[in-house]
Amino acid sequence: MTSKPGSLAALPVGGTAIVSRVRGERAVVRRLLEIGLVPGTKVTLRRVAPMGDPIELKVRNFTLSIRRSEALGIDIE
Amino acid sequence: MTLPQVTPLPIVLVAGNPNSGKSTIFNALSGSRAHVANYPGVTIDRVSAPVTIDGRDLELVDLPGTYSLSARSREEQIAVDSLLGRNLPSPAAMVVVVDAAALGRALFMALEVIATGVPVVIAVNMSDEVARDGIVIDLAKLGAMTGAEVVRTVATKGGGIANLKAAIGRAAARAPSEAPLVERPAAVALDLAALEAAILAEQVLERPGAARAWATWLLLSLDDDGADDLIGVPPALRTLTLDIRRRAAAAGRNVDLEIISSFYQRVDTIVEAVVTRPPEPRRHQTDRIDAVLTHGLYGGAVFAVVMLVVFQALFTWSEPAIALIESGVAGVQALAATALPAGPLTDLIINGIIAGVGNVVVFVPQIGLLFLFIGLLEDSGYLARVAFVIDRLMRSVGLNGRAFVPMLSGFSCAVPAVMATRTIESRTDRLLTMLVLPLMSCSARLPVYVLVTATVFAPGTRFGYLSAGAVLLFAMYMLSVVAALTAAAVLRRTVLKGPGAPLVLELPPYRLPAPRVLLFNVWQRVRAFLIGAGTVILALTIVLWALLSYPRAGDASAGDQLRQSFAGRLGHAIEPAIEPLGFDWRIGVGIIGAFAAREVFVSTLAIVFDIESGGAEDEPLRDALRAATWPDGRRLMTPLAGVSLMVFFVLACQCMSTIAVVRRESGTWTWPLFMLAYMTVLAYAASLAVYQIGSRLGLGLG
Ligand SMILES: Nc1nc2c(ncn2[C@@H]2O[C@H](COP(=O)(O)OP(=O)(O)O)[C@@H](O)[C@H]2O)c(=O)[nH]1
Repeated sequence: MTSKPGSLAALPVGGTAIVSRVRGERAVVRRLLEIGLVPGTKVTLRRVAPMGDPIELKVRNFTLSIRRSEALGIDIE
Repeated sequence: MTLPQVTPLPIVLVAGNPNSGKSTIFNALSGSRAHVANYPGVTIDRVSAPVTIDGRDLELVDLPGTYSLSARSREEQIAVDSLLGRNLPSPAAMVVVVDAAALGRALFMALEVIATGVPVVIAVNMSDEVARDGIVIDLAKLGAMTGAEVVRTVATKGGGIANLKAAIGRAAARAPSEAPLVERPAAVALDLAALEAAILAEQVLERPGAARAWATWLLLSLDDDGADDLIGVPPALRTLTLDIRRRAAAAGRNVDLEIISSFYQRVDTIVEAVVTRPPEPRRHQTDRIDAVLTHGLYGGAVFAVVMLVVFQALFTWSEPAIALIESGVAGVQALAATALPAGPLTDLIINGIIAGVGNVVVFVPQIGLLFLFIGLLEDSGYLARVAFVIDRLMRSVGLNGRAFVPMLSGFSCAVPAVMATRTIESRTDRLLTMLVLPLMSCSARLPVYVLVTATVFAPGTRFGYLSAGAVLLFAMYMLSVVAALTAAAVLRRTVLKGPGAPLVLELPPYRLPAPRVLLFNVWQRVRAFLIGAGTVILALTIVLWALLSYPRAGDASAGDQLRQSFAGRLGHAIEPAIEPLGFDWRIGVGIIGAFAAREVFVSTLAIVFDIESGGAEDEPLRDALRAATWPDGRRLMTPLAGVSLMVFFVLACQCMSTIAVVRRESGTWTWPLFMLAYMTVLAYAASLAVYQIGSRLGLGLG
C-alpha cells in the first residue's frame, strides 16, 4: 500500500507529528477520536510490525497499534 | 399482581479502560465472592459481588472494559444503560479505574461518566508504575477539577483499597448531582439542549443530569441508516437525533468531532494541571523488550517458541488429567452397574447421565489450561504483541490478529478455543472466528485418522520415500487449515460482511501477572462452561444414548441392539445418501455415534462390527473393516473410501460439544445451526468429489 504524503501512514519510524484531521467511515473515525487521536494531538510512530502492518504509535503517553488502512485516513501536519 | 417487595442492594458500578487493572480492583474489593449472571438479551457476563462498606450493604457490578460510553451494538450499550439506570436500578455510585500512566486518555471516559451526575470515584491505579517513572499526580487538584472522589491504588498489592472502599461509601451516600462539573460541549450546546428537553418530555429519564448525558450519548451513538443495533430509543427521539445530525452535516459540522474534541480539551486542561513529568523521561524497559519481541527475526523466533510451548502443553499436560477423568467416569459407571439392578433406568443412569457428565467434565483440563495460558499472555502484555505481529497475515483472510491464539488452540480442541474468542473485541470478528475454528483438525479426529490409515494401508506402504500414513495425515492437517482460512475469507465476504471494526490495539507495558486474579479468571471460565454449555452437552448425550439404545432388542448382543436401534435404522435410512461418498450404513451409524465426540466413531464401529473393546490401535477392528464388503462383494474400505472418510471427518461438524459451546458464546441457536449446516454441506461435497473423481480415475480402489 502506498502512503499519501500528509497522512500518518507516511510518517517515518521515529517521526512525530500533530493530527490535523481524521477521515473515513464514521464508526472508525469515532473510535479513533475517542481513543485520543483528536486534531491537535501529538503522535509518534514508534515501530512497524514485521510484515509492514500494523503500525505502533505513541499517543498521549500510551502505546497504540492501528492498521495502515486507518492511518491513511489520519492527516498530519 | 403485587410482587413481594425485595429491596435490591444499592448498586456500585466499576468501569474502566481495558488493561487499567479493573478486574484486579474488582477482585480486591469483592474478595472473590463474585456471582455471574447474564445481562438481559446479550451474551456478556454480568459479574457482581456483595460488599459491605461502613455497615452498608452494596452490590458491586463489573462493567465490560471500554474506552468510551458510546455504542453501536447492544453489548456496548450495557455500560450507558447501567449507568443511567435503564436496565436495572440507577447506581448509587460509580468507580472509574484509570491507568495513572495513561491519564491523558483514561480521563475521557471518566468525564463522560462524571457528566451523568452519578457520584464518581476515580481509582488512579498502577500508581506504583508512575511513581517509579518519577511522574507526580496531584490527586487533590484532580478531585477539585472533576468533582469526583480520587483515590490512589496499586491493585496488585492491595494498596489503597481501604481508602477506595471508604471513598465508595462516601460517594454512595451522596445524591446525584444535577450540575456536574463537566458541562455540555459548547459547540453542540444548543443541539443537546433541544434533545435533553425532548428526553425529559418523553419521560424516558427523569433526572436532568441523566437526560443531558443521554442526549450526548444519542448524538454520538445513533447511526443514520439503521446501522446501529441499539434498543430502548423511542422513535421520536431517534428521528430528532438524526435530524440534528443531518442538519449539522449540511452545515459542514461534524457532531462526533465536536463532542469528543470538547471532552478532550477538558482532559488536556486537567492533565496539564495535575501531572508533573520528570524533565528527562528514561527509556522504558518495555521499549527494550519490544525492540526484541516485535523484531522481524528475533520476535518471530520467540513467537514461534511461545506458541509451540502453549500448544504442546495443551496437548500433553491435559492428557493425564483427561485420562484420569475418563477412568474415573468408567469407575463410577462400573460401580453403578454393580450397585443398581439391571434395567433401562440403570442403563440411562450409566450410559446417559454418568457418561454425559463425563463428556462435560472431560473438557475442564483443556479449558483450564488454555485460559491459564491466555491469562498469562494477556496480563503480561504479550498477547497484544502476538496480535500486533500476526495481524497482517490473519487479515488477508478477514480475521484479525487476536484470532490467532484461538485458531491455534483449535488444533487441540474447538471447545476451549471457541471460548477463547472472547479476547476478540468486535462481535463480527468474534463470530467469524468461532464459525471457522471447528474446521481446524482437533485432537479428537486423530483416532479416526489412525484407524482409517492403518486399515486401508498395509504397514510400510510408501509414497516415494514417505510412509503413506504420514503423507495422508499431513494432507488432512493442511486441508483443515486451508478449509478454515478459505471459509473465513468466504464468510467475511458474505454472511458476516458488516461494518469493519478498526483494529485498535493497545500495547500495554509488560507486567508480571498476579496469580490470584489469573486463577480466579480461569475458574470463572470453567464455571461458565460447566453451566452454560455443560447442560446442553449432558442433554445431547442422553438423546444420543436413547437413539443408540431404543427400541430395545431384548437379550440380543450389543451389536444386534445397535443395529436395530433408531441410530441403526437411521444409518440404513441415510445409506442411499452416503453411498456416493463410499460409506455404507455401518459407517453411517459410526458417523451418527461420533456426534457425541469424534473419537467415539471408533468405539461405535467396534460395536457395529461385534468387536469387543475396539480401540484405534486394535487389530480386530482393522481386520473386520478390511474384510467388510458391500452386498455385491466389493471391498468397503478401499484406500479411496478411507480418504473420503477422513476428508469427511476433517470438514464435518461432528461434535455436539462444539455446537453447545458456540450456542453459549454466540447467545443464539442461529449461529451454531448455521455452522452445523455449512460444515455438513462442505464435508459432503468434498467427500463426494473425492470418491467420485477418484473412482472415475480408478484411484485407490484396490
Ligand atoms: N504494577 C501494577 N500492575 C497492576 C496494577 N493493577 C493491575 N495490574 C496488572 O495489570 C494487568 C491488567 O490488569 P487487569 O486487572 O487484568 O486489567 P483489566 O483489563 O482492566 O481488567 C495485570 O497484569 C495486573 O496484574 C497496579 O496497580 N500496579
